[in-house]
Amino acid sequence: MTAPVIEVEGLRRTYRVSTGAVRRRTLEVEAVRGISFSVGEGELFGLLGPNGAGKTTTIKMLITLLVPTSGTARVLGFDVVRQSREVRKRIGYVFGGDRGLYDRLSGLDNLRYFAELYGVPPREQKRRIFELLDLVGLNGREGERVEGYSRGMRQRLHVARGLLHDPPVVFLDEPTIGVDPVGARELRATMAALVSAGKTVLLTTHYMFEADALCNRIAVIAKGQIVAEGSPSALKAMVTDGVVVELEAYDPPPGGADALRRVPGVARVTVEERDQAQLFVVQAAAGFEGTPELIAALGDARLTRVATREPTLEDAYVALVEGASG
Amino acid sequence: MSRAARLIAIGWRHHVRNLTASRFFVVTSVFLPILLSTVAFFMFRAGAREGTLLYASLGAGVMGIWSSTLFGSGGAISWARREGTLEVLVVSPAGYFWVLLPQTIATASIGLYSLVATLVWGRLLFGVPFAIAHPLAFVVSIPVTVLGLGMLGLLMASTFVLYRHANALSNMLEFPVLFVSGLLVPLSALPVWVRPVGWLLAPTWGMRAVRAAALGGNPWPPMGVTVGLAGAYLTLGALFLRLFLRLARERATLALT
Ligand SMILES: Nc1ncnc2c1ncn2[C@@H]1O[C@H](COP(=O)(O)OP(=O)(O)OP(=O)(O)O)[C@@H](O)[C@H]1O
Ligand SMILES: [Mg+2]
Repeated sequence: MTAPVIEVEGLRRTYRVSTGAVRRRTLEVEAVRGISFSVGEGELFGLLGPNGAGKTTTIKMLITLLVPTSGTARVLGFDVVRQSREVRKRIGYVFGGDRGLYDRLSGLDNLRYFAELYGVPPREQKRRIFELLDLVGLNGREGERVEGYSRGMRQRLHVARGLLHDPPVVFLDEPTIGVDPVGARELRATMAALVSAGKTVLLTTHYMFEADALCNRIAVIAKGQIVAEGSPSALKAMVTDGVVVELEAYDPPPGGADALRRVPGVARVTVEERDQAQLFVVQAAAGFEGTPELIAALGDARLTRVATREPTLEDAYVALVEGASG
Repeated sequence: MSRAARLIAIGWRHHVRNLTASRFFVVTSVFLPILLSTVAFFMFRAGAREGTLLYASLGAGVMGIWSSTLFGSGGAISWARREGTLEVLVVSPAGYFWVLLPQTIATASIGLYSLVATLVWGRLLFGVPFAIAHPLAFVVSIPVTVLGLGMLGLLMASTFVLYRHANALSNMLEFPVLFVSGLLVPLSALPVWVRPVGWLLAPTWGMRAVRAAALGGNPWPPMGVTVGLAGAYLTLGALFLRLFLRLARERATLALT
């Protein structure tokens, strides 16, 4: 077996924040609390977790933007603190959002400057830039000022920027945020192509179908700790090996969820608020036949939809994250 | 071209274009020289003791380079932080030093326009004569002064990586430096204890070189001192930048949040 490309051991990071204008107090925020994982060559590894879980903080430590409070991390065998120069040469990264570009200059000017900073050989710069403009679908728009770009176009420009120097390891922090569905689909194809080309990718996203479709392996992180790790199907199996029944109800009785939990064979119930209605998501054992009991448990509620389906990564994710907070 | 030379040349071009694309910057650069040449003229009339009208006008011109340098190098890091480019630049394989160096040279050299414009406005509005004693030395002294000021800007900017509000400080430094380096009034008019501070500042020596080249005197020794100081600032700035970038990674001050 070859050595892992990304190795993280007991990584921690605390932030100091001061509050209060007059009597200043310093608080310590524990953003990442001792996480360990490793990513092999050619893997697409997903880091999933709720807002504030510590995903961006973890990535920033790996790309040498933040020094860990304790623990170690290596990328391609280079320590992210002591050998940051070596790490920087070999990684690309893309943050979601529309900042981080020279707005007053054109997309082409942006890429030209970064190509220089990333050490792309002068002779290859032009070819490389147009290859990437093609890849992210910005060809023909490169001469326009970035301030006139839509959010999705900026995001694509970020992706092009991150890949300019053809790095073997790529970090993507919510790369499809703000991109329209067709564009996001194209970006996902791009990510899949990166992996086929032998690159190692670490991805964070809040879109579960995206993670399910792309990732070989996923770590779910909540409150700075990894609560589960495995392939998408292993995660689904970890939470339920059965089926999911969804019941959409108007005016359910109070305590409806508890009533559902008492039905034999039910493993877990979560509730999502829909405009007027509530959606009960019931995870049950394989071969579950108690749907009539579920309906009865909701009493007089007006049911608008009852459906049985296979569990998704989202079901597993919600269960894992709620388990971590409960 | 070597990698360093390319980084400087391309970085310079990039930052000049980025700055001149800012309407605010362009408007200030157009009006500032008019203001400066007017101030210089009235200050001279109000009774500076030394030299000629050109003496005052040159002082105003170098002041223009200094303001542009301070504005640019003070702003460089806070703009980058606000645009979100700071993090991207810091982890680029080239390293942030190779971004900041051409950027400070770029802002100082945009200030060159201010020097020329101040002299031209002085001539047009107030009939300031433009007779240069040593034309060759004058032409050399100007880029040397720009370099000296640019490197002082780099040294100052290097500390701004760590402190998010440091560019307020840079604005506060504008006038003290103008006084201490003899741009506004001759050094001989300042209290004795202030003068040694002026000797450590490149604007002082750059100013002397420019004036000596224009009005007569030996411009080469002050030019030599300016180059020496520029080298010292560059070395210190590079060291500080390393240190402060490391601290910024510990304290998480690179991002806006
Ligand atoms: N510069 C900072 N100073 C202080 N606290 C911070 C800083 N950056 C992040 N935090 C805190 O650290 C925790 C983890 O934040 P982080 O950005 O890593 O989360 P995340 O998983 O990326 O969330 P999201 O999904 O919203 O992007 C949060 O509580 C956040 O408030
Ligand atoms: Mg994040």
